[in-house]
Amino acid sequence: MRITLNGQTREIEADPDKPLLWILRDDLGLVGTKYGCGQALCGACTVHVDGQAVRACQTSIGDVIDRAVVTIEGAFGRVAEVVEASWTKLDVPQCGYCQPGQVMAAIGLLNTNRKPSDAEIDDAMSGNLCRCNTYQRIRAAIHEAARVLGA
Amino acid sequence: MDHSSLATLDRDLRTSRRSFLIGAAVFGSCLVVGFSAEAEVSQVAAKPGDNPFVGYVQIAPDDSVTIYSSQMDMGQGIYHGIATLVQEELDADWSKISVVGGFGNVALYGNLLLGGVVQMTGGSSGTASSWLRYRQAGATARAMLIAAAAESWSVPAGEIKTENGFVSHPSGKSARYGALAARAASGQVPGKVGLKEPKDWKYIGNQTLPRYDSRPKSEGRQQYTIDLHERGMLTAVMIHPPLFGATLRSFEASKAKAMKGVVDVVATPRGVAVVATGMWEAIKAREVVTVEWDDEKAEKRSSSEIADEYRAAADKHGEVVASNVGDVDTAFANAPKLIEARYEFPYLAHASLEPTNAAARMNPDGTLEVWGGHQMPDLYQTVAAKVAGITPDKVILRVMKTGGGFGRRASVDSDVIVEAVATAKAIGWKAPVKVQWTREDDMRAGRYRPAFMHKMRAALDGSGNLLALRDTLVGQSISRGTVMEAALIKNGVDLLSVEGMANQPYAIPNVRVELTTTNSPVPVLWWRAVGSTHTAYALEAFMDEIAHAAGKDPVEFRLALLKDKPRHAAVLRLAAEKAGWGTPAPAGRFRGVAVAESFHSYVAQVAEISVNKSGLPRVHRVVCAIDCGVAVNPDQVRAQMEGGIGFGLGAILKSRITLDKGRIVEGNFDGYDVLRINEMPSVEVHIVKSSAPPTGVGEPGVPPIGPAVANAMFNATGKRIRILPFGDSEKS
Repeated sequence: MRITLNGQTREIEADPDKPLLWILRDDLGLVGTKYGCGQALCGACTVHVDGQAVRACQTSIGDVIDRAVVTIEGAFGRVAEVVEASWTKLDVPQCGYCQPGQVMAAIGLLNTNRKPSDAEIDDAMSGNLCRCNTYQRIRAAIHEAARVLGA
Repeated sequence: MDHSSLATLDRDLRTSRRSFLIGAAVFGSCLVVGFSAEAEVSQVAAKPGDNPFVGYVQIAPDDSVTIYSSQMDMGQGIYHGIATLVQEELDADWSKISVVGGFGNVALYGNLLLGGVVQMTGGSSGTASSWLRYRQAGATARAMLIAAAAESWSVPAGEIKTENGFVSHPSGKSARYGALAARAASGQVPGKVGLKEPKDWKYIGNQTLPRYDSRPKSEGRQQYTIDLHERGMLTAVMIHPPLFGATLRSFEASKAKAMKGVVDVVATPRGVAVVATGMWEAIKAREVVTVEWDDEKAEKRSSSEIADEYRAAADKHGEVVASNVGDVDTAFANAPKLIEARYEFPYLAHASLEPTNAAARMNPDGTLEVWGGHQMPDLYQTVAAKVAGITPDKVILRVMKTGGGFGRRASVDSDVIVEAVATAKAIGWKAPVKVQWTREDDMRAGRYRPAFMHKMRAALDGSGNLLALRDTLVGQSISRGTVMEAALIKNGVDLLSVEGMANQPYAIPNVRVELTTTNSPVPVLWWRAVGSTHTAYALEAFMDEIAHAAGKDPVEFRLALLKDKPRHAAVLRLAAEKAGWGTPAPAGRFRGVAVAESFHSYVAQVAEISVNKSGLPRVHRVVCAIDCGVAVNPDQVRAQMEGGIGFGLGAILKSRITLDKGRIVEGNFDGYDVLRINEMPSVEVHIVKSSAPPTGVGEPGVPPIGPAVANAMFNATGKRIRILPFGDSEKS
């Protein structure tokens, strides 16, 4: 199976039903994408497929043949840089475990909406759990990123 | 290892680790009469002289500074806090500082709030324990760098200055710390080194140091135990008993063993381990393993049955008395006005986002490496050694940062450590093994905040003065049957069951707190803020009921009873003032207030809510005031208050662990719901300026939020929320 992963073409040999999450983590060593629930209930494994934020735990490798997968390790470009810088500036992370998923979800949001309101942030981000409850800073960091991107 | 040898292990731990027990005696510190955090710390830390370059601070020739932390970081930011303390005195280049977990030397790393005899992260004691120790280490290291430079330049040490990782002399000579480190480390350790005066602090109490791990965590570069892929490392998933207290009879795994990627299926003292090349392979294989359990002694009750039993017990006198002031019975017999209420709290899961895990590898030289969230390192070292059949000094702990914790990584039976070591041993040590629980394992295999009930009663006189208070608590003990028992259970009272209630702060002439401890194989554990997660709710919600019955303002009513508790009163006044207490709330919004001391810190919160269509609160704003002594990193204090409020709010609104004939119903975040971003209130944190030594911040944000919201709900609806979570109260 051929996929584009973080901009590079990769040939993957695996059971087509195997979740993308475990292909990334166990087979390819890309461990920035986290396991939290395995049921698309927590968002820790958020990656982009053709620019859309999806949950890698509920996406099988067979679903992404010939598609472009981007993980936190390959999140480059202006929006990604600004989002990660805003996260750092506001000291968003506590344990940090959910943050790769949060950052990927935030990049996905800002790619389509350069000035999200609080309600739009809640809408886009409510599937990403943070057990440290850094939500107030996540919201602030998205606004900060939007401000920088709009400047 | 079978169960009888596990019992032996437990016995060995109890007898061989007396020092651990003594240390733990201070852990339930809220209740230890006369205990003072400050006194304990200064007493132990008054014996400096250890070479800081052995065990605390390592400076490499490339100027990188590695700090060995006695405390483990689960997101509470203690690595950053300890680095700040060292940096304040050391003057290193902040960009070159990193922190790793130290272990294996209780003299260096023992928690000073636990008497210095056990290394443990817990009880929100990290900063207090480190306050003198790590500043002393930084100051001594700096003095030794200066001495090395003075000697090499033949100038008086007093003329030498330090800044940003450099030593310099007015003559123009200067040197990098890295260039002097080897010489400094082998120099003489000065007997006494002064610490900076508070007025000279550059970093403590201000915001100049960016949290050093924010960037790697924002870029997905932080490594956790789950991320370990050491050469040849295998992944194991567990099959735990479906009922607590059941034991393994037999298992059949031939089909599983034939599957691609499966290495072995083995028995461990805690269940069956399915070992494979990766997580997916292990999970698939687990589905076809069949296991027979002996469930004769297992818990088979449902939550409703347990609740009925608790209610009956709460209506009677408690088995033991935890505190008794005045004459409660006479006061109740003569009082013109009586109020009573029962509060019911469910089991709660920690549900850290990184599910429980650990990894083990036996090395050719006979050392055993164990990776994990080592919140109780010397206990885990002892247990790992016992399971492996080696001596503890051969166990090398790799202290990993963890994806949350909230108490779960301080497991008194070292559960997942036992699983990892036992599994690696069962496959003949042929490869390193990582045991990784799934979310469902994490939810269903324990451990939990124990379910509790409080039957509260109050007696008032004709003018609304509070004459007497009585509480009968019913619930499981966290300490009973563990290595903590001797230290934490006094006269039949587990201090962790009654903390926050037995030492309630209000000046009430007659108070009696009674406790009935229940028994069940359901495994319980400390959960962020421990006993105060239920005692503060019961006390502060009930105080609100009493104030209402007395026709008094809830803030004024409390302040009148807190005349001898200036720190409680100060945070309560501050939160009330900043929240606009006494002024009308915005249209459709209602306020509620609560105050609680936990882990030697004082926190008051005012919640501002509206009520949604399903009759549940929408919390818009929380104003939080905290007195935690010196706030070493004020922004970390704010972060912990924000996080604690969200953590506590999710639990009281939505979370519950339910037993159905002994089986845990909730398995994932669909059944066990927690707070999401759309439910997070705007949190404002006000820190009381203080020169007192620092106290806890990781947990104290949690206790007041539940009662503050419940009291706001009463103001909105006239209804008292006495059954948690709130959604269940609505149904009942």
